[in-house]
Amino acid sequence: MSYFELVGFGPNGWGWALLTAAGMTIAVAICGFLAGSVVGTLVAWGKIGGNLVIRSLADGYTTVLRGIPDLLVIYLFYFGGSAALGAIGSLFGADGFIGVPAFVTGALAIGIISGAYQAEVFRGAYQVVSRGEIEAARSVGMPRWLMFRRIIAPQVLRYAIPGLGNTWQLVLKESALISVTGLVELLRQSHIAAGSTRRPFDFYLTAAVLYLLITWVSTYLFQRAETHSLRGMRRAS
Amino acid sequence: MDFAFMRDTFLTLIGGVPLTLNLAFMAVALGAVLALILALMRMSGLKVLDWPAQAYVFVFRGTPLLVQIFLIYYGLGQFRPTLQEWGLWTFFREPYWCAVLALTLNTAAYASEIMRGGLQSVPHNQVEAARACGMSGFLLFRRVVFPIAVRQALPAYGSEIILMVKATSLASIITMMEVTGLAAKLISQSFRAVEVFVVAGLIYLVLNFIITRIIMAIEWWLSPHLRRPPAVEPRLEAAHV
Repeated sequence: MSYFELVGFGPNGWGWALLTAAGMTIAVAICGFLAGSVVGTLVAWGKIGGNLVIRSLADGYTTVLRGIPDLLVIYLFYFGGSAALGAIGSLFGADGFIGVPAFVTGALAIGIISGAYQAEVFRGAYQVVSRGEIEAARSVGMPRWLMFRRIIAPQVLRYAIPGLGNTWQLVLKESALISVTGLVELLRQSHIAAGSTRRPFDFYLTAAVLYLLITWVSTYLFQRAETHSLRGMRRAS
Repeated sequence: MDFAFMRDTFLTLIGGVPLTLNLAFMAVALGAVLALILALMRMSGLKVLDWPAQAYVFVFRGTPLLVQIFLIYYGLGQFRPTLQEWGLWTFFREPYWCAVLALTLNTAAYASEIMRGGLQSVPHNQVEAARACGMSGFLLFRRVVFPIAVRQALPAYGSEIILMVKATSLASIITMMEVTGLAAKLISQSFRAVEVFVVAGLIYLVLNFIITRIIMAIEWWLSPHLRRPPAVEPRLEAAHV
């Protein structure tokens, strides 16, 4: 069978399976990235505004999560998650193994990992927001939440876009590691296809091309977002 | 927490540290050579050299490392007869060499960009001054460009080395029993994910901490001009006048 028949959309082709799996990769990456944004915002908040205890906890979190391999974190969530669920289940009388859905494990693990990176991005961006703006918001009597929503969040996001773009690329590549939990994303599907057709090179090459395509499109989108967010800014040059 | 179990876990996992360091060292050392070649290709100003290097960096930075590992370890098996004919099969059959090759190719792409940034940061007047003294070619590179570039690039290179130490964990997926591989085996045997995770995580943190310190020491050693001059002890009587 020729290469294009193999990865095409014909009766024996793996085209649809690979495209669906690519969709799964994007879905798990987006969910993980969003979970990471929530974690990252909270941790950045702790780093900026927390007391000594909260600050050192937040610092410890980012140091640890950036210092250990992502695969280890994924194993922790995969094995630890079902062990924890099993323990909770046995409290309610259920016995035996309770598996956590691989998608949830994967998205949570990616969220916890990328949260550490995003926290640093948000903290850096917050420091660029002019103090005067925050003081002005305070002086007109804005409550904290309103100030966060109207003044801080939009500006932090503007400065954070390049850093978030880098984190997104990391997340996208991390999502390939989720294949060890059995979630049928792009790499797992290629592995399955490679096993059943004995054409591993063709399938991994196709997976690599699809990953490149996703990276390339998302780089473009982040660039668009950056220029869009800076449309009202004066440039130094 | 079961401390006896954690001690046993530690004793098991510490056995994987040599392999982890071995993979990381091989990849970083070989990757640095390839990265320097790529960086020089990109800065050569010749399109025939620049474009392949750009494409290389784009491909290896844009795809997950695990895909690259699988492509080399499983993928090349598709060409087994050809590889056997060329006598390369003994190399690609070994998961160790496949892991080293994939890690090397991957880190070279990232490191070449770091090196290019460092080389481009060398101020032009320094080069001009060196030329005025009659240095050129390799002597100029060795004495002026390279030391300044290294100083500039070292912090970023340090994080790349840390990333490589972390990336060696992926070799466990192709059966290499380094720290993560041993940890995964232990977890699936004992189902005590948290304890094993804590011990394995600590080992990686200590490794990375030591590496960061070494990089910082090299940085300190390379930048004597930024060090504070040795404080001259004020004479006691002079200070009290």
